Amino acid sequence: MIPAQFDYQAPATLEEAVSLLASDLDGAKILAGGHSLIPAMKLRLAQPQLLVDIGRIKSLAYIREEGDEILIGATTTHYQLESSDLLQRICPLLPDCAKSIGDVQVRNKGTIGGSLAHADPAADWPAAVLALGAELVLVGPKAERTVKAEDFFVDLFTTDLQPGEILREIRIKKPSGRFGQSYQKAPHPASGFAVVGIAVHLGLNDDGSCKAAAIGVTGVDVKAYRAKGVEAALSGTTIDDDAIAQASLHVCDGVDPNSDLYASSEYRGQLARVHMRRAIQAAKAKAQ
Amino acid sequence: MTNNYVGKRVKRTEDPRLIRGLAHYVDDVALPGTLHVTFVRSIYAHAKITGIDTSAALSTPGVVAVYTGQDVAGKIGPVPCASALPELKVPDHRVLATDKVYFVGHPIAAIVATDRYAARDAVDLVMVDYEELPVVTDVEQAANGGPVIHEAFGDNIAYKLTSGEGDIDAAFTAADRTVKQRILHNRLAPIAMEPRGVLARYFPGEEELTIWSSTQIPHLMRTQVALMIGIPENKLRVITPEVGGGFGSKLNVYSEEALLGWIAMQLGKPVKWIETRRENMQATIHGRGQVGDIEVGFKNDGTLTGLRYSVFADLGAYHQLLTPAIPTLTGLMLSGAYKIPAIQMNITGCFTNKMATDAYRGAGRPEATYVVERALDLVAAELGVDPAEVRRKNFPSPDEFPFHTATGLDYDSGDYETALNKAQEIIGYAQLREEQKKARDEGRLIGIGVSTYVEICALGPSQAMPAGGWESATVRIEPTGKVTVLTGASPHGQGQETSFAQIVADELGVNINDVTVIHGDTGVVQYGIGTFGSRATAVGGTAVFVAVQKLKEKAQKIAAHMLKADASHILFEGGKYSLQAAAAASATGVSEPVVPVGQAPAGALPEPETDGKSNLTIQDIALAAHLAKDLPPDTEPGLSATYFFEPKNFTFPFGTHIAVVEVDHETGDIKFLRYVAVDDCGRVINPMLVDGQVHGGIVQSIGQAMYEEVVYDEQGQLVTGTLMDYAVPRAKHIPNFELDRTETPSPVNPLGVKGVGEAGTIGATPAIVGAIVDALAPFGVRHLDMPVKPENVWRIINGN
Amino acid sequence: MKKAINLSVNGVSRTDEVEPRMLLVHYLRDVLDLTGTHVGCETSLCGACTVMLDGQAVKSCTLFAVQADGSAVTTIEGLAQNGELHPVQEGFWEKHGLQCGYCTPGMIVTAAQLLERNAAPSREEICHGLDGNLCRCTGYQHIIEAVEYAAAKKAGQS
Repeated sequence: MIPAQFDYQAPATLEEAVSLLASDLDGAKILAGGHSLIPAMKLRLAQPQLLVDIGRIKSLAYIREEGDEILIGATTTHYQLESSDLLQRICPLLPDCAKSIGDVQVRNKGTIGGSLAHADPAADWPAAVLALGAELVLVGPKAERTVKAEDFFVDLFTTDLQPGEILREIRIKKPSGRFGQSYQKAPHPASGFAVVGIAVHLGLNDDGSCKAAAIGVTGVDVKAYRAKGVEAALSGTTIDDDAIAQASLHVCDGVDPNSDLYASSEYRGQLARVHMRRAIQAAKAKAQ
Repeated sequence: MTNNYVGKRVKRTEDPRLIRGLAHYVDDVALPGTLHVTFVRSIYAHAKITGIDTSAALSTPGVVAVYTGQDVAGKIGPVPCASALPELKVPDHRVLATDKVYFVGHPIAAIVATDRYAARDAVDLVMVDYEELPVVTDVEQAANGGPVIHEAFGDNIAYKLTSGEGDIDAAFTAADRTVKQRILHNRLAPIAMEPRGVLARYFPGEEELTIWSSTQIPHLMRTQVALMIGIPENKLRVITPEVGGGFGSKLNVYSEEALLGWIAMQLGKPVKWIETRRENMQATIHGRGQVGDIEVGFKNDGTLTGLRYSVFADLGAYHQLLTPAIPTLTGLMLSGAYKIPAIQMNITGCFTNKMATDAYRGAGRPEATYVVERALDLVAAELGVDPAEVRRKNFPSPDEFPFHTATGLDYDSGDYETALNKAQEIIGYAQLREEQKKARDEGRLIGIGVSTYVEICALGPSQAMPAGGWESATVRIEPTGKVTVLTGASPHGQGQETSFAQIVADELGVNINDVTVIHGDTGVVQYGIGTFGSRATAVGGTAVFVAVQKLKEKAQKIAAHMLKADASHILFEGGKYSLQAAAAASATGVSEPVVPVGQAPAGALPEPETDGKSNLTIQDIALAAHLAKDLPPDTEPGLSATYFFEPKNFTFPFGTHIAVVEVDHETGDIKFLRYVAVDDCGRVINPMLVDGQVHGGIVQSIGQAMYEEVVYDEQGQLVTGTLMDYAVPRAKHIPNFELDRTETPSPVNPLGVKGVGEAGTIGATPAIVGAIVDALAPFGVRHLDMPVKPENVWRIINGN
Repeated sequence: MKKAINLSVNGVSRTDEVEPRMLLVHYLRDVLDLTGTHVGCETSLCGACTVMLDGQAVKSCTLFAVQADGSAVTTIEGLAQNGELHPVQEGFWEKHGLQCGYCTPGMIVTAAQLLERNAAPSREEICHGLDGNLCRCTGYQHIIEAVEYAAAKKAGQS
């Protein structure tokens, strides 16, 4: 219940945060909403020496359109994303995903950047940013760089963030043309985390056939991944029930699904297939 | 004023403090200078302790003391087990481990520090050297040659017991058919929302120790802890402030309670320990944890001839207060709501490297109801008849009560068929079965589960209880007319501050707001037994009721004296004593003041007045009784009565629960479509409270049936050690409950109440599992073990 | 090293020096003696510790007190105004939405948030809104009814 001692700094700017982080590369951790880190600290699974709280940097929480992109600041809370009218209009997958995260208290405080940087294999956001082909802007002591969501998730709780780097922004190409999106999730009855979570972005041709599908999957593997087999199988089809069902079978291609007390590997694979099909169907139904 | 609070939906008097955050649970009691205690607990399920180094912890700033098992050896007695079964093996259960640890979470050392943070930090600084030993977690392996836990006993079998009446072999010979089933009762964690907590303070001058503890049994705990730490019982005061749920998990005497008391005496400072949820999962008792084989013999027409149940009970590493007794309660209730000529129960109670099992809401009876109801479903399936009809066929009729069972009980009263009929009517049973058929034809999997349960409540006659089964009450009217009730029951959410006040206000004809119910303080309340086993209203409420009658008898005598009439001519109605009409006509002198009016000093209590009228309020009587200027001869001053009620029998509430579920072909997800419960808990004091008890119980059943399971791995590590892994039902998991009642009064007590605290956890699991199994009947399934998780369902549907 | 914090709790300004690791719930309970906010788990799953932080329901066991520096906190003790119960408090009393009362403060604060964002929630929306709060006594049905009562009451007031 009680974390080990640490020092705490609440920088006013991101630059300050970066330099504080650089001051103790081994012992410092970034604190955003704290909803992944603090529970781990309370169980003493994490014992950082220094917490650099970026939650007070007001300029890091935003959702805005810029050119053909949607820009989301790293400390934007799940609730801000859930309740954004802008996103509801132009990229409903984000609010859809947000509202399935944890519970209202968690959504009020937890942040998208914190969740992505933590890279919990059962977190919801990784699936959504993969489906949206997001780019993540990472800022380090020397430079800023941009990494594709696909390249960001490296392994269990491991991202491409290098020591000293902070996730600053999530950039998403504004969906255009005819498209439909959906997030479907089987929540764990105790933790609420995704046993499987499927985020689908479906681009349609004028005739209603599938132009391109982009699908993120969480909960199934050690890290979230793009379901490329499903995407390929859907592409060019009329997205009828049969095509959806056939494509969905590819959700675990090349993946040995996780196994735990609640769901065996075999059953998790089944859940992934079923939720994949339902997510594609829901995305299709929402397509304008 | 004529009241009838009893039977009405009266809002709770407890609530204003609770909804404003102004109530006090143990951790809310703040004493200046309090030191905080944390525990070093075993990380192994079975190991020798080869060394404990406390030096680093002791040299940490803020740490005041560290106590190990060696430090308290010979100073604190063993953790008590109140269960006395023949040839029961009772391990020496020390408050801190000495040479060996037997389960993950076994306390090894207690750290005392100036604040909670320092106390927590020091836990990581106590170095314990272990030598791991072979572990046994599976109960059958424990019974059959697994590693021996308590070496002195030679094996892991704590006791074997056979019970039941009737010629069991003849019963099975007489049967046309039999069904058998192996049935698992998943180990559960009670998860009271308030974890346990203890605060202890010693007054060296007065030599008095006060312990605040989150317990269901303040008096029993006082007795046991006094014996453990060697303080005279009357120098120990136990206070249970607000208790945040118990469900049996606080019907116990724990190491920490004695240890904190002892440490407070050593240090002369208040000491506090508040359990974390992880500790709560590891080291507060678990419930259930049985695996057994049920066998039922029956005739082709569905008549039951005999029942045999052989069970392995997973007791854990040690006995807590009632550990070995819980499976014996299962044996008592194996007749269910049915006429079964012969019943046999064989228990093998086994030690395992886990936390002890003990009473968890229902305590042994849910296991009985579950196996009997599952067996009835199997009989119905075997015969191809409706499960409700097999039940109906075997009910005793209302005129067969008191009904003697082959488990040796005499059920007090019952009308099982009426409850079944009512539940079937509410849910539209016949039509529902039709719809189910239609749905099946359309490929939908809908299932209907029926449970016609009976439970044993109001524990109980002292003959049958380990430490007295009575309950106590004092009712007194203060000089100002306010009514104080002291109950030996120890409610912790059940609402008896309200329901007991309803009883008393009706009996005395006073406003309910003038009645205060006090409980949970051994310094104030006469000895009592506590709240568990659905006993508080049936036994404790009866004690209150009878105490009021005694008080009224005395008041009547005083009233008669004041009204200068014979007591037999005095009528008490609506809170007023008056002369009966006939007597009033012939009485003389009533116009004169009965009590001499003296010169009252300023600020003194007002004089009681008869006003020259022919009636007196109970408050007038109370004042006169306290002033005691003119009482009838041989009458004690004051207006107070105490009663200890000893029940002659248990009570046997019953009812019918019907669950309707639909399962998802593809995911195995289980969704409730309907849930109807018709419960009969005898006379109802407050229907709102009864509904709340039923709802809560059913949801704990939903937990057991579908979500909850304490899992240890083969090394004895607790896999479900936090609420991340152990799924307690949430609002989204419940159906909309449709409740109704029948009301068959109990003849066992004058209130006619039976008890309702555990009905939901007893009646509901078989209905829920029955419904799921019924939904899967097209796949040839007749039984599934709990918790039935979506994956289990999916596997059935997919033939694996 | 202790840090100074300034915050407003139930409308009262507070200034204290706290260890950075002090959880907000411990600050409220142990430093300010506002013991209505409870602790029921250590994994942010039970919701007993829920308070309002700048108008948003949060789990005070998953926040350091230093993170609340400069914020306004409302606890269960601050919910009633001028001695008048909040409609949700009233609903819990009226509909028997509590038994042991331990989860109640967190449940009430969360429900208050729910009704601020959705004045007329459906049963399903209520359950979704209370997903972060565990109750072991009531079986939730009366809690749901309590929230419905409060919604109706608030609708009648406005």
